[in-house]
Formats: sequence, C-alpha cells, structure tokens
Amino acid sequence: MKVMCAMSGGVDSSVAALLLQRAGHEVVGVTMKLWGGDSDTGCCSVSDVDDARRVAQQLGIDHLVFNFGDDFDEHVVAPYVDAHTRGVTPNPCIECNRSVKFARLAERADLLGFDAVATGHHANIGRTSDGRYTLERGFDSAKDQSYVVHMLDQAQLARTMFPVGGMQKSDLRALAAAIDLRTATKPDSQDVCFITSTGGRTSFLGDRIPFRSGTVVDTDGRHLGAVESVELVTVGQRKGIGLPGGGPKRYVVDVDTSTATVIVGTEADLLRDELVVDRMTWVDGPVEGAALVQCSAHGRALPATMTVVDDAISVRWHEPQRRIAPGQSVVAYDPTNTRVLGGGICR
Amino acid sequence: MAEVTEPAITYLDHAASTPMRVEAVEAMMPYLSELYANPSGSHRFARRARQAVDEARDTVAKVVGCHPNEVVFTGCGTESDNMAISGAIARRGGVAVCPAVEHHAVLHVVEHLGEQGCIVGVDSFGRVDLDELATVLEATPDVSIVSVMAVNNEVGTITDIAEVARIVRRHAPQALVHTDAVQSACWLDLREITPNVDLLSLSAHKFGGPKGVGVLIERGGPKVDPLIIGGGQERERRSGTHNTAGIVAAAVALDLTDRERSEENTRLAMLRDALVSGLQDRLDGVVETVPPECKVAGSAHVCISGIESEALLFLLDEAGVCASAASACASGAMEPSHVLAAMGVERSIALGALRLTLGHTTTVADVDRAVDVVGASVDQLRRRMAPASIAGSK
Repeated sequence: MKVMCAMSGGVDSSVAALLLQRAGHEVVGVTMKLWGGDSDTGCCSVSDVDDARRVAQQLGIDHLVFNFGDDFDEHVVAPYVDAHTRGVTPNPCIECNRSVKFARLAERADLLGFDAVATGHHANIGRTSDGRYTLERGFDSAKDQSYVVHMLDQAQLARTMFPVGGMQKSDLRALAAAIDLRTATKPDSQDVCFITSTGGRTSFLGDRIPFRSGTVVDTDGRHLGAVESVELVTVGQRKGIGLPGGGPKRYVVDVDTSTATVIVGTEADLLRDELVVDRMTWVDGPVEGAALVQCSAHGRALPATMTVVDDAISVRWHEPQRRIAPGQSVVAYDPTNTRVLGGGICR
Repeated sequence: MAEVTEPAITYLDHAASTPMRVEAVEAMMPYLSELYANPSGSHRFARRARQAVDEARDTVAKVVGCHPNEVVFTGCGTESDNMAISGAIARRGGVAVCPAVEHHAVLHVVEHLGEQGCIVGVDSFGRVDLDELATVLEATPDVSIVSVMAVNNEVGTITDIAEVARIVRRHAPQALVHTDAVQSACWLDLREITPNVDLLSLSAHKFGGPKGVGVLIERGGPKVDPLIIGGGQERERRSGTHNTAGIVAAAVALDLTDRERSEENTRLAMLRDALVSGLQDRLDGVVETVPPECKVAGSAHVCISGIESEALLFLLDEAGVCASAASACASGAMEPSHVLAAMGVERSIALGALRLTLGHTTTVADVDRAVDVVGASVDQLRRRMAPASIAGSK
C-alpha cells in the first residue's frame, strides 16, 4: 500500500515509519507545520522537523512538510482560547487529531493518491469476524493513546494505521536504537505543543484574552477570597485558589465565568452520580448499557451505564465520582476495557 | 530498503538555484586541489591564489559596471543584504526602509530593527509604491538606507531602480540606496543598475556559479560597517579566508551570463510564454500573476484556482518536475506568500500559487513536459476535490 506516515520527530512515529517500510509499504513521511509561534515543547518546532527529516533520510523514504497552520489556528487554538473564556477546559491534542491529523491530513493523503495515513499513536485497529473495524487500546498500557484517537469512525479506521500499537515502548526504543535513529532516546512529548514550558498556559492565554479576577465562595455562597484570573480555574482544582492552608481539603466544584465566581467545597461536594456528554462520536454506532468510562488521557476507566438522552449521552456512574471539568473528553470502552465504543465532550 | 527509481528531472526552479556552468566547475577545480594556498599568505604559492581572486574581482567589476575596489566578496547573497542594511544602521544609525515584497534577507533585517525599520507598500505587480516611498522619506528625517530589489524572486517583477534612486535622492539625499540584485544577473544588464545605487547584492548560485559566494558592491568606497570582523580580508570589508575556488567560479559564471544574456532573454521569454499559454490552454482557472512585460524572461508565476500549492508540488515532485510556490520557512513548510499578500492577491487565490522559473539549461522539452505534468496533476486534484470548492473549472 501507499502510506502517508505522520512523523512528528518523535521516536514513536519514527518507528511507525520503519515498521511500515519493513512491511513492504510505499511510505512517505510528512511532518505537519501547525504552530507558527514560539514553542519548545511540542511536535512542530524546527528541530523536531529536522529530526523527522533525518529519520526519513536514514530510512530512505521521502519526507515532506505540510503547512496546516491555518487549520490548526481555526480548529484547535481559537477554540482552546474561546473555551477558557467560558470556563471550559478543552483537550487541544484531541481536537488536533479530530480536525487536523485525521481530517485535513487524511484528506490531503486521499487527494494525493495514498491508501492510508499512519501515525505513531499507541492504539490498535482490529477487524471483527463480520468485517467491522475496532479501535483498541495500545499494547503498552502505560503508553496507551486510544483515548486521544477515540473519534475515529469506520470509514476513517479503514484508512488509518497505527504501526506501533502492538509494541512495548521499551522494545520500540530498542528497535530505533538498533538502527541508530537519532530519535531513539528522545524524551516523550508531554505538553500542549503551542504552550511553552517557560510561559505556560497563563502566559499563552494572557496574551490572547483579558483575565478577570474572580470571587471565591463556598457552596453556601459565603465569601472566602479571590483569584486573579477566573479563566485559569478548573473544576477539581485544589491549589492556586487563594485560600490559606490547613483545615479540610477544598476543591473547586464549579466555575461561573458569567459572574466571575469560583465555588469551592469538600471532596464530597465534588462527587457526582452522573455526567452528560455532548458531541458524541461512535466507533461503530451508538451503544447503550454497561461500559467503562475514562475521563483523562491516563485516567482509570470506571464502570458506568450509558443511555442516549436526546442529542447527548448520560453516563451514570456505578460509584459516585469526582466531577469532570466541562470540556474534557469522555471516552467509553467496552466492559472488558479493550475496545473504544465512542467518546464526546463533558458538558 | 525499497528500491527507489528516481524519475527524470525537469528542473524549473532556477530562481531557487541554477545548475552550475560547466566552465565554472572547471575553473574552480584547481583551487580545490593543487592551488590550495591561502590568498592572504606572503609566499609565491599564496600569490597565485591571490591573483585568481583579484582577476575574478576585475571580471565582476566589469560585468557589474564598477571599480574593482568596490567589489566585496561575501559568503552569500543574504550576507550581502545583511551587511548593507545592518552595516548602514551600525555606521549611521537612523532608519532603514524597504518595500513589503523584499526577500526575507532584506525584509526580516528591516523588521528586526523595530522602530528603526520601515516597510512601504507595493502596487498590484509588486513594484514599490513611489508616492508612498516619497511620503515616508519626507516624513522620516533620519533615513539611512533604502533597499529595493531589482527583480522579485517570487513573481519576477522588475523594478526601475533608477527611478527609485531618483525619488530617494530627491526626498532623502542623505540616505544610501541598496538594491538586492540577486535575481537580476541573468536578465538585466547590471551596468545600467549600478550607477544609480550605493550598494548592490549578488549571489553566485543564481547565475550558474557555486553556492557559498556572494558579492556586495560598495560604490565610492566603504559606506557601511562590516558584519564580520577578523583578519581584515577584502580591504577590511569582510574578514574570513577567501573562498578562492568559489570566487573564481563565480566570476566565470557571471562573465558567461553577461555574454549570453541578450540571446537567453529572447530564447527563454519565448519558452516562458509557451509554458504559460500551454498551461492556460490545458487548464481553466490559470491566472498569470504578473504580465510578461513587467517581469524577467525566466519567470512563470501563476495562480491556479481550486487547488493547493502544497498538494500540487507533491504530485509534480512525484513526476520529477521541480517547481516551487512561495518561500519555505525554517521547518521546510511552505509559508503563505508575503509577496502575494503585499500585492493584494487574495489569500484563497495565493494558496494555488505555482512558480516555474527557467534558466540556461531549460529546453522546449522541459516546457512541454511541465505543461503535461502540471495539467495532469491539477486534473487529479480537482477531480478529487468537492466540486463546490472549485472556482473557474470546466
């Protein structure tokens, strides 16, 4: 097959390209230039592009850089900034996968006559006996990334490949080292690519939106203190809300950006029986009933029952759970905790 | 490793770099082997190398139309541009002015100056707006240098440097005039440009010479501070051991280019016109960005509706046609063209930009093949795109 392999300049996508090549595919490596501003943490800095290019040269495959900066601004950065003004905490990496990697890049690959797009994500694509595609957790449970690619549907899965999904990360690094790829010992990227480690989220958002100071109150509305910027407060947060130490642990249980109010309470105040999920996408059609539900990239998947309610999904926890911040991605797995059923955005 | 069969190359990217002249390659060989001495040395072996550099300097001076002592050999065109502007500001302070379509080797230097840099607009063909330039010069008392390119590297537009110089002399007599003539040597008689300016930049690999050799002409003696300080080579204008082989080859290539320029202009203008009309006959929605009478003979810049340059370039590359769109950024990604933006070309149209540039090795067969390959590639892209997104397609 003719495969376009998205190469970020990290070790996972380097090995993905290597495995595709060894499997006999015609491989072209592509690095996406997404972010024009300063970045030192992400996957499209100039030195990361250099790494991807050099790996491609070592493998003897063509390497190209596509500039999808406009798409990234429109579909990832602008919604990220906008969400914070509404007190919502989005996951930009998931939006990038949804709107750029598996949309814009996949369309480009299609246009150019490629059969599939591959990435270095730790996830697996399987087939059922009746030919349906399944999206499954990566083999290395510590590195599993099925959560961030949960939005893929049947048509997309048919044209997607995750060559390293079946590998243990340590084996993958050993493979890269064995053929002397310069990315073999490169640390994993951890952070949002457009946010610098020096300035952080505060500096990034501060350059783009006005911060408003907020009032901190308890669940009875009693005034407790103040925060400098209500836009930076997230449900579930415990530190940095301007309250003195000692006493019972207090958590942010709600943020009301319209009145610039942060409501804090005890852990018990944060517990919920249910959450509602919007913009649900399904790997193979809607599923109701028992599922395991995961609300962060490396969080545990917890038992719940899902029901379709109008345009949304109700997730009823079997044990009460801490409230999930609005904007977070919520991903449902089958009861064996293997297959992704679908996912959406916490209301 | 998979066997890769490389397609035959159709090279239409002469504005990016030109194939070296065979004569230039031959001329540089002795200085890469037996004649390795440092031209600044004091022995007879060094003097042979020094003589080669000085003869090259004479040749360059003759073609450019200046005195040999006004020729400074640098490491590249970008260095020459940087030296002109940064060196002028370092020596004289004040403000540097340039139009918005300059090559980044000029534009980014002027932008980097902050309040000491001033960018002026251009017309729809990319020529500096002379009225705006005059207004800026009148309003800014301490302009040190005005830098205007003679030929634009993306769209090929020729700017009348004599007229620019007249405006500068009238409205800012204290200012130096620099022209980035990097894209000019193959197409324009430099002797007609040089007398109008104080500083002029060239780059050898744009006219059949090697990479790693630039020229800065400083008319009437030192006008700007040097960028590179050290052993005092090039009459203390540019330190660093001479690239003897490169300098010798650059002079040979420039001399050949000068001798053949008139015939090549005629030959390549015909090929260029055949290329553009071939594309327009083959495809709908192909707009020539600048009319032929306003640009150099080797430049065929078009905007093709309903496609994206990046995708088109991939298909051309697969078929062995070397072309380009705008300039590439540090990562190698295509950046939206600052030149087309400054000319007022809508971004949606600029996304379909294609730059095909011809040069001394271009043949009729290259042009025919390019028309076929671009035609087939655009057909493929348009066929697969949603019909609604295509404007001007049959």
